[in-house]
Amino acid sequence: MLEPKHTRRPKQLPGNEKCPTGIRGLDEITFGGLPRGRPTLVCGGAGSGKTLLAMEFIIHGIRDFGEPGVFMAFEETAEELTKNVASLGFDLEYLIHQRRLAVDHVRIERSEIEETGEYDLEGLFVRLNSMIEEVGAKRVAIDTIEALFASLPNEAILRAELRRLFRWLKDRNVTAVITGEQGERTLTRHGLEEYVSDCVIFLDHRVTNQVATRRLRVAKYRGSIHGTNEYPTLIDEHGLSILPISSLGLDYAVGSERIPTGIDRLDAMLGGKGYYRGSSILVTGSAGTGKTSVATAFADAACRRGERCLYFAFEEAPSQIVRNMASIGFDLHHWVRKGLLRFEAVRSTLYGLEQHLVSIHKAVNDFQPAGVVVDPITNLTAITGDQGEVKAMLMRMIDFLKNQGITAVFTSLTEGGDAAEQSEVGVSSLMDTWLLLRNVEAAGERNRLLFVLKSRGMAHSNQVREFLLSDQGLRLTDVYVGCGSVLTGSARLLQEAQDKAQAADERQKIARRRRELEQEQTLAQAQLDTLQLKTAALAEEIKTLASDEQARLVAAAHEQTELAHARGADGNKDTPKKGNKTHVGKHEKP
Amino acid sequence: MSANMKSRRAKALGRRSDAESLPSESWELRLYVAGATPRATTALENLKKICEEHLAGKYSIEVIDLLRNPKLARGDQILALPTLVRKLPEPVRKIIGDLSDTERVLVGLDLRPR
Repeated sequence: MLEPKHTRRPKQLPGNEKCPTGIRGLDEITFGGLPRGRPTLVCGGAGSGKTLLAMEFIIHGIRDFGEPGVFMAFEETAEELTKNVASLGFDLEYLIHQRRLAVDHVRIERSEIEETGEYDLEGLFVRLNSMIEEVGAKRVAIDTIEALFASLPNEAILRAELRRLFRWLKDRNVTAVITGEQGERTLTRHGLEEYVSDCVIFLDHRVTNQVATRRLRVAKYRGSIHGTNEYPTLIDEHGLSILPISSLGLDYAVGSERIPTGIDRLDAMLGGKGYYRGSSILVTGSAGTGKTSVATAFADAACRRGERCLYFAFEEAPSQIVRNMASIGFDLHHWVRKGLLRFEAVRSTLYGLEQHLVSIHKAVNDFQPAGVVVDPITNLTAITGDQGEVKAMLMRMIDFLKNQGITAVFTSLTEGGDAAEQSEVGVSSLMDTWLLLRNVEAAGERNRLLFVLKSRGMAHSNQVREFLLSDQGLRLTDVYVGCGSVLTGSARLLQEAQDKAQAADERQKIARRRRELEQEQTLAQAQLDTLQLKTAALAEEIKTLASDEQARLVAAAHEQTELAHARGADGNKDTPKKGNKTHVGKHEKP
Repeated sequence: MSANMKSRRAKALGRRSDAESLPSESWELRLYVAGATPRATTALENLKKICEEHLAGKYSIEVIDLLRNPKLARGDQILALPTLVRKLPEPVRKIIGDLSDTERVLVGLDLRPR
């Protein structure tokens, strides 16, 4: 990101004319090519691709830029060179026949040579000059001039002559590539960098974990900005390509177009419309959770829309994927035949990370797909134990795909024991949409769950869905989420049935209880009625009691009068008639 | 290897016949130069002197100026100049430099044992 931004088409800086190499990527990191009219030193170890770089520089010059070239080889004969590059599709003989290319093989056997007095290497100049004039060369490659150190005994003369040669090349105003063998402490074994100081390119070929990786670095470029990183380099059937990875930035255009996921209810979970076009989707899950199926659904949907899809299979052979996916209703073979689907299957450990990246680049550029599936990215960690490197590689890949507006689905295997939310290669932050698949084992069976862990820029469901694979395809269904537990599969069905029964049961229970209560209520009312009756009865009784008492008093008074009358009947005969109390009082006072 | 041995023996014979001045053996020498530089002139003078001394009457010298015929440099794989090439007798020998070191020239031409 800190690197200077530049457009796809390398800009030419004023005052520093550049000579495009035509080698993919190299012109980007050198911002236009090699310094025109000046020599460039290309150094590297054995097998790092020096000769190829030099040869491609010449051939692209002839074919793509109309600049005839001269190739002077010290190690291979013209026939060998012709044969070697024929496999890359370069026809040297034809170009030589057209007088646009001149190839010379310089061979000196030390044993054949006797030194007697002073000499110079004018013969070399003569030969170069004659070739340059023969084809009107603008470009010259000399590979590897250091071979002379082994054949010529007098190093002092050789060094003086090399100095003269590079100056001469500059004077001739040809753009030259000179290769040199990597030295132990110096860039080249014999210190050629001392003479060629305008531009130095370093090629590296190292082996880590038994996997070879080629890299290219612009060690020096006088008077020009250039990418300073080590760039992964690939040699394949089309020649050399260099990956200007860090030239990619975050300035890609984003659209709001949505594309279906291939699974209806998943679309619904993603705001009803599916993924964003050009986004990256991560599908994680442990073994057998259906990651490949989700990825395939995406590929199938793309092909149905008539878009091309590129499927990188790092784990299974394409035929196996086709067969397996046929079992869940995807006819991938049909899409392959129609040319809409292409599989790129390669064992991830076959070559290094960068090599993978480069090959992915190339495949994408060749096929121009709208969608890409990488299944799985976790296998890439098998290449290097270093997660950081894998992450960096994936970041570049994602940047690259986004730049092209390609929708990409990456699957990632999570180990059983790990927390599933922990993305294996730590790339979840790079992803726009993250689908998590999980196995749930319960009641003697295993079922799949799917949920959307995140999906940038869209309303997405927070619900867990059960993910069903059947010969009719993929289906999502609601999971059972009652009673504080999540159930799937037959347990879900069972639980649902149980729930129904339980609900009926509940209903019955409630009805019964209601009846009970009603009964009790009736009972209470009855009791209440009884008590009221009793109250009334008591009141009646009290009333009766009072009147009885009155009656008794009257009777008693009457009795007294009767008694008094019976005892005396003298004096106050009439007195008791007035009232017995008064009468009694009067009677007791005395 | 055996061919080499044979030729060495032939040379040994040749030297004896040299002493006997057998006309059957002829030496074909080619001197490559680039223009009439002082070094080229020195080389040619040195060569003539050596030939007169050791190969009188049975040698021929062809001087090739690469400035005039640059393409000829390829055929004999010429890099250093001047270069003396012994085309005959075989095998081909190459001697580079201005031929000022007579001893080494004689060794290079197989006129002296190494």
